[in-house]
Amino acid sequence: MQDAWVWLILSLDATLRVSTPLIFAALAGLFSERSGIVDIGLEGKMLVGAFAAATVASVSGSVWLGLLMAIVASVGFALLHGFACITHRGNQVVSGVAINILASGLTMVLGLAWFHQGGSTPALTNDQRFTSIDLPFAQQLADVPGIGLLYSELLSGHNILVYIAFALVPVSWWVLYRTRFGLRLRAVGENPKAVDTAGISVAGLRYRAVMIAGVLCGFAGAYLATAQNAQFIRDMTAGQGFMALAALIFAKWRPWPILFACLLFGFLDAVAVRLQGVTLPGIGLVPVQLIEALPYLLTVILLAGFIGKANPPKAVGLPYVKER
Amino acid sequence: MKAATLNKFLSIFLLPVLNILTAFIFTTLLFLVIGIDPWEAAKILVQGAFGYEEGIGYTLYYTTNFIFTGLAVAIAFHAGLFNIGGEGQAYIGGLGVSLVALGLGSFLPPIFLLPLAILAAAAFGAAWAAIPAYLQAYRGSHIVITTIMFNFLAASLMVYLLVNVFSEAGQGMPASRAFPDSASLWTWQAFMAQFGIEFAASPLNISIILALICCVAVWVFLWKTRWGYELRTVGANPEAAIYAGINPKRIIMLAMLISGALAGFVAVNELLGVQHRLVLGFNTGYGFAGIAVALMGRNHPIGVMLAALLFGALYQGGAELAFEIPSVTRDVVVVIQGLIILFSGALEFMYRAPLQRWLLSFAREA
Repeated sequence: MQDAWVWLILSLDATLRVSTPLIFAALAGLFSERSGIVDIGLEGKMLVGAFAAATVASVSGSVWLGLLMAIVASVGFALLHGFACITHRGNQVVSGVAINILASGLTMVLGLAWFHQGGSTPALTNDQRFTSIDLPFAQQLADVPGIGLLYSELLSGHNILVYIAFALVPVSWWVLYRTRFGLRLRAVGENPKAVDTAGISVAGLRYRAVMIAGVLCGFAGAYLATAQNAQFIRDMTAGQGFMALAALIFAKWRPWPILFACLLFGFLDAVAVRLQGVTLPGIGLVPVQLIEALPYLLTVILLAGFIGKANPPKAVGLPYVKER
Repeated sequence: MKAATLNKFLSIFLLPVLNILTAFIFTTLLFLVIGIDPWEAAKILVQGAFGYEEGIGYTLYYTTNFIFTGLAVAIAFHAGLFNIGGEGQAYIGGLGVSLVALGLGSFLPPIFLLPLAILAAAAFGAAWAAIPAYLQAYRGSHIVITTIMFNFLAASLMVYLLVNVFSEAGQGMPASRAFPDSASLWTWQAFMAQFGIEFAASPLNISIILALICCVAVWVFLWKTRWGYELRTVGANPEAAIYAGINPKRIIMLAMLISGALAGFVAVNELLGVQHRLVLGFNTGYGFAGIAVALMGRNHPIGVMLAALLFGALYQGGAELAFEIPSVTRDVVVVIQGLIILFSGALEFMYRAPLQRWLLSFAREA
């Protein structure tokens, strides 16, 4: 029983760490898509963010400067997406694909040219990365039965970005549902014409939305390279941007369900790692690939309308053309 | 000149050229940033791709893959669908090829085995595209998202099968056992030797003939058959298509089945032509490159062929470049690919609108 409790706490602890970049990226997608701009490019923005964070942190020695540059790089790509989709009314999916491919190629080419380590950046020392923070009394409470482990392992001992990610969920909810900006942002994703008629700039709102997405993807990338890992490795996002996109859809484009979707997908990932090569009674060798594929499978099933109905923002993917 | 002629000139010549030029200008800037003489790099690239027979062989071998995935994306585009799933469909096509080659290879002669394996590639690729197509047509889930998800599902499935079913003990990389000899396609060298012509050894094989046949077949299908007409009608205006008595749901299925089958053919070139066993990630990058190829080729088989040749040359020349200059990787080509998708896809209107106005002003004066 005690073993199972420890196993569960440790799995949940890993879940939080794996879910963090998903939460940042899925919230990024939330702002973008609620304003009507499809964001396939989460993956690419995370990747340039990770690369910028690791590069700047290793060269300057400051992890915060790394985070700042991650945000700058990611917002740069977000503005490119905006330029193509909002200003030139290009195909949003095509633009997203271009951003992913560009990010993948650029980070590899620049990484090799600058550091000569096969596309990786130099390993970061501990003061060049986000390290774990112990909450007050975590050490003292560790031995208290039950909640001791819960507090010291699960809640305490994460880096600052993990706490920021979780805090951003209620913040995003508040921005989207309780501010004028949020109301307008949701409106522009449902019915841009109505927003335009009210004398508010559709393009302006959408640009702000994709920039917020850029900032959040910058956080996600910085987390990958300077918190979860200690360097940039080529293609280190490894599909997490798409996983976040799946979480966004699975959560039907709403902030709180996004948290749960990310935690669920993160949990599946954490469990898959822990069950590698484990034989369970009655099941046999656990097919790890199946667990890893579950988030995508679940999303497809949801999209097919077999678990509830996923209604995307009505104007998502449609360029806005003002009447001439 | 008439406005229509000018418009055609604009979209089949001027715009693609401008888009490539823009992409190349940015690539030049990238070379300057990483401290490499762009002119030198361009020379190595062209020399590597076309300078000698083996290089040409490699170029055309890559071209073969790009034709398959480019056509796959193009035919879906004509029906108004965006198939991002070429990557996964090619992978599953490889499963079909391997099942036939490993299962029947020991007792079927090549004359039956090879066509069967090629059919299996098409059938498995098509089947993997059929599910997202069905979900789009009948359940209303968006094909872009489902095909992305199916890429990941294909990757997981193939890793599982390679590790647990196909893998031989004692191998470092997960791979199946070698296909029997009866399951290998003629290399171009062997093929040309039949006519007494010598050609350097390279991965180029007779799959390229299949690719060219596919180009012609896609052209005939799209522009000379009733189904092709219906497909293009649905792509141009689904509502008008319904009034004309066309069932868009059936067209979605049809377009995606053909698209998936074409993507599946990548496995023919890769597995029957070159690897002769099922290997992990043989499909990597080709599905996405197909998007760039289709966009640059304006979704026309001839355009796709030319764009595929350009990408084949970039891939092979890029490999040569990475070999000659150690501080460059072949991923420079990935950057170029991204730039081409950006400029000829997402930003296609940036040049089009001003150029159209400019050209039309000529038409009016004349």
